[in-house]
Amino acid sequence: MNVAESFNYWAVMILMMSGLYILIAQGNLVKKVIGLTIFQTSVFILYISMANITGASAPVISEASSQTNLLFSNPLPHVMILTAIVVGISTTALALSLIIRIKRAYDTIEEDEIHDMDAQ
Amino acid sequence: MTVFVIISLRDLFASIILMGVYGLFSASFFALMDAVDVALTEAAVGIAVSILLLLSTLSFTGRAEKKSRQKPFLALIIVFFTGALLVYGTFDLPPFGSATSPAHQHVASYYINESYGETGVANLVSSVLASYRGFDTLGELVVIFTAGVGVISLLSTSQKALKTNGTTNKLVAPMTTHHILRIVSKMLIPFIMLYALYVQFHSDFGPGGGFQAGAIFASALILYTLMFGLQATLAITSQSWLKFFAALGVLLFAGTGIISMLQQHNYLNYNVLASDPIQGQHLGILLVELGVGITVTAVLFQLFISFTGYMLNIRRPA
Repeated sequence: MNVAESFNYWAVMILMMSGLYILIAQGNLVKKVIGLTIFQTSVFILYISMANITGASAPVISEASSQTNLLFSNPLPHVMILTAIVVGISTTALALSLIIRIKRAYDTIEEDEIHDMDAQ
Repeated sequence: MTVFVIISLRDLFASIILMGVYGLFSASFFALMDAVDVALTEAAVGIAVSILLLLSTLSFTGRAEKKSRQKPFLALIIVFFTGALLVYGTFDLPPFGSATSPAHQHVASYYINESYGETGVANLVSSVLASYRGFDTLGELVVIFTAGVGVISLLSTSQKALKTNGTTNKLVAPMTTHHILRIVSKMLIPFIMLYALYVQFHSDFGPGGGFQAGAIFASALILYTLMFGLQATLAITSQSWLKFFAALGVLLFAGTGIISMLQQHNYLNYNVLASDPIQGQHLGILLVELGVGITVTAVLFQLFISFTGYMLNIRRPA
């Protein structure tokens, strides 16, 4: 197994696991949203890495490319990730607005304090 | 790496700023990987809009993070175990950059070889997004719209409360004393908007499209709000107009599909929109991208207004 061949994938795994760690281990809700965003972006990076072909160009057809018969990167993952980024920000905003309501109701955004209040 | 600093930092403000750095890195990475459309979107969304939303949440919840009581060892074990499994999975993946990997064998080669002849759109990402994968894109647009509706219902403030409340509140226009920022952004905003329109309507030939243009346009509007205050923004637009536009974009997309259905063809089949199929595809993609752009702009801007408006309403002295 060549290191250069799958370096991108390993970097993605490291990012993904960092996001997962923040999600599990940190009690602060805003920090959890940050972890979720890191996780999300690592998935984007995984898809875009898979779409890449060495020596290929961006998937825009032009006069020059039709003559020289260039390779193109795979446009399909680009489309999926493009929409996923904008959907991601909308869902993040929804999560953040829930956090604001939680802060309003409990006056804290630390998970354990909320649990303590619920237990009472 | 940035991410490890984010984990260790207790100060939420600093970690959000680092998130911006992380967004910039990933946008540059996408550009490097030939995914120019994705890079544009990430640059507008990941760096500008998401950071602003996180920061405005922070202004309400406070920036200090409490030291958590539970021990992170269990989490570390889970994370390492899952990570090891995933890395083990990568041994079966095709090598990075290989042209023969399975991902490139299925429909992608069809799009690359045939779509220019069928749609006449040079940017493959646009034609796949709006035409071949029109159903997916419509679904994503509805998700964005729904998220917007959810935020509005969670953080609703009445128009009247916003308008009466802004004049005395210093939070509304925090930049009034920063003359350089105000003047520079005043000069930049028209060009950002113009660039967004270029990105919107040039998507047939170069990188761009409704999602990117919507995000750029929304960030121009948000910049305006940051500089001149919510009051000034609500003088030129109102929340009901924004809601109307958010719905209009979705309707434009869905309606384009229904027009082709009325002509007894498949839903979202643009070939029948004009006498020549290629012209029809052009028209269809243009309309659909316009719908996407309108909805994304309206929803993202509405998100920002909901957040700031809610915050202002709470801080108002009773």
